[in-house]
Amino acid sequence: MAANDGSGAAVARRTGLAGVEDRLAAFFDDRRHRYAVFAALILAGLLVPRVGSNYTLEILTNSFLYIVLCLGLNIIVGYAGLLDLGFAAFFAVGAYSTGILTSTFGWNFWLAIPPALLFTVIVRVIIGAPTLRLRSDYLAIVTLGAGEMIRIIARNMKDLTGGASGLIGIQRPSLFGLELNQISHYYYIFLALAVLAVFASDRLEHSRLGRAWKYVRDDEDAAEAMGIDRVAVKLSAYIIGALFAGLAGCFYAAKMTAISPETFQFMQSIMILVAVVLGGMGKIAGMVVGAMAMVLFPEVFREIGSMRMLVFGLILIVMMIFRPQGIWPDRRH
Amino acid sequence: MDLFDIVTQQIANSLILGSFYALVALGYSMVYGIIKLLNFAHGDIYMVGAFIGFTALSLLVGFLGDGWLGISASLILSMIATGFLGVGIQRLAYRPLLSAPRLSILITAMGVSLLLFNTVMAATIGEYKAFETGLGFEGLDFGNIHISYTQIVLVLATALLMVALTLFINKTIYGKAMRAISIDMDACRLMGIDVNKVIALTFFVGSALAAAAGVMAGVYYGSIHFFMGFIIGLKAFTAAVFGGIGIIPGAMLGGLLLGTLESFGTQLSWIGTEWKDVFSFGLLILILVFKPNGLMGRTEIERM
Repeated sequence: MAANDGSGAAVARRTGLAGVEDRLAAFFDDRRHRYAVFAALILAGLLVPRVGSNYTLEILTNSFLYIVLCLGLNIIVGYAGLLDLGFAAFFAVGAYSTGILTSTFGWNFWLAIPPALLFTVIVRVIIGAPTLRLRSDYLAIVTLGAGEMIRIIARNMKDLTGGASGLIGIQRPSLFGLELNQISHYYYIFLALAVLAVFASDRLEHSRLGRAWKYVRDDEDAAEAMGIDRVAVKLSAYIIGALFAGLAGCFYAAKMTAISPETFQFMQSIMILVAVVLGGMGKIAGMVVGAMAMVLFPEVFREIGSMRMLVFGLILIVMMIFRPQGIWPDRRH
Repeated sequence: MDLFDIVTQQIANSLILGSFYALVALGYSMVYGIIKLLNFAHGDIYMVGAFIGFTALSLLVGFLGDGWLGISASLILSMIATGFLGVGIQRLAYRPLLSAPRLSILITAMGVSLLLFNTVMAATIGEYKAFETGLGFEGLDFGNIHISYTQIVLVLATALLMVALTLFINKTIYGKAMRAISIDMDACRLMGIDVNKVIALTFFVGSALAAAAGVMAGVYYGSIHFFMGFIIGLKAFTAAVFGGIGIIPGAMLGGLLLGTLESFGTQLSWIGTEWKDVFSFGLLILILVFKPNGLMGRTEIERM
């Protein structure tokens, strides 16, 4: 693709806010500009622990976690067009597997990651495979039900998961002899995960598989007629998306050292989905913006306390009516 | 108690549970049938209906007493108020998105759900409210089985509502318009049917039925709370899908069957009550995988 092919610039020039949006989009259409801004953001991210307070680091760490989760769900909902309302379940499987393996069985944290990811994939296939032929809104309910099932199972299997009070005393991992117990350590780890997730998403989006996902999303029948195996393509989106969440779950367990089923309830899945939709489905930059907005929103509106979610519901409705494509949408769509 | 007693008692319990599921499932099914929207907020409408009924009863209790007269009056008031709430939601949140992608309208429904849920949570400070009525536990006794008059009246009231709905859908011009719109909305517009008005009416009826279920559940269980709508919303959707979504008798059958399956399923010692919800969700997934059109649904042939 030629740099700066000016999609959108040739059409009648719009004024006002829309004009600013057009010019921004034209700027970011150039791959070099994109990479320069991304590199500057990473650099800024690396420097933050030198100046930021622990509170700032904590919030930014949460944002990075959310970026990974959003990018994972974006593969399923944004690229492949499969509505998933139980995404937090895979976050939970990653976190619980790591927690159980390290605390109950005394495994090394780093060795626990591969089996944890394997469990995530297994659960994903069990939940995902039978539902692939369903219509989109049925799919939403099945994934919702399945997500709730995972949480209830985590709550009821008391011997393994600690029941409703959760799993406590998960070991801190160490890296090259350094025990990771500071918030700044986890800041760097989650920053690295977020950068990795952005890169992986970018490579996947422009790969053969990524194009197949979008084709199936846009016209399933035409895609199948072109020889795309839609079941395999959808299942791969499910698995890769769940892997993002599973990996985030592994490190989340290490960071928190205690996890409980309530962390992974239905609202968590909804929050991730909302971040994806608010940011702009199918767009990596949109995921970063959406995830940051989602984590910063409750912090900014701390004073209104429990009314936050009420305001949030309103924003969601207004957003869907006036700007359904999200803050930073995929303009090629 | 021997096996016969347990079975009979469970049938009585499952009828009540199934009635609630069926009433809520009807709203899901009607709305889905007409605009293909999975109305996520429907469970919360049920919850709001219960709270409106609760408020109405506490206001009316001085005039009409807390017996059946007061309860019926607050039930009807709640049905009307909640019906208009449903129409308002449809008008403000869903109508602008009728031609938008399905995902947008689904997310909007989630926003509405959050809005209702959190408004009631803020208004009640998250507390349980005791739904106090003057109804006793008297009833009919058959040996070891006890069926209270409250249970009998509630099941009869549900049956009455369902008969009324069936007549409305099948015999009135509005019912005919609803059925027509669910087949082809654009053709209905061309034929001069005021589609928006009929959709609003559908939301009114669906929300009113959910409100009726909410008030009845309050009367039956004796307490209401802001999160009572979430699980029943899911269960009712299961029931609607079970019977065949968009099909009115299917929603009734699905609700009653799900109530029965749940009552009996959780009696089995190896399942136990804490697995009740897993049981229902598992059932939902099985139905969707093996019979996605539901018990009474026709197999649709997809044309390209």
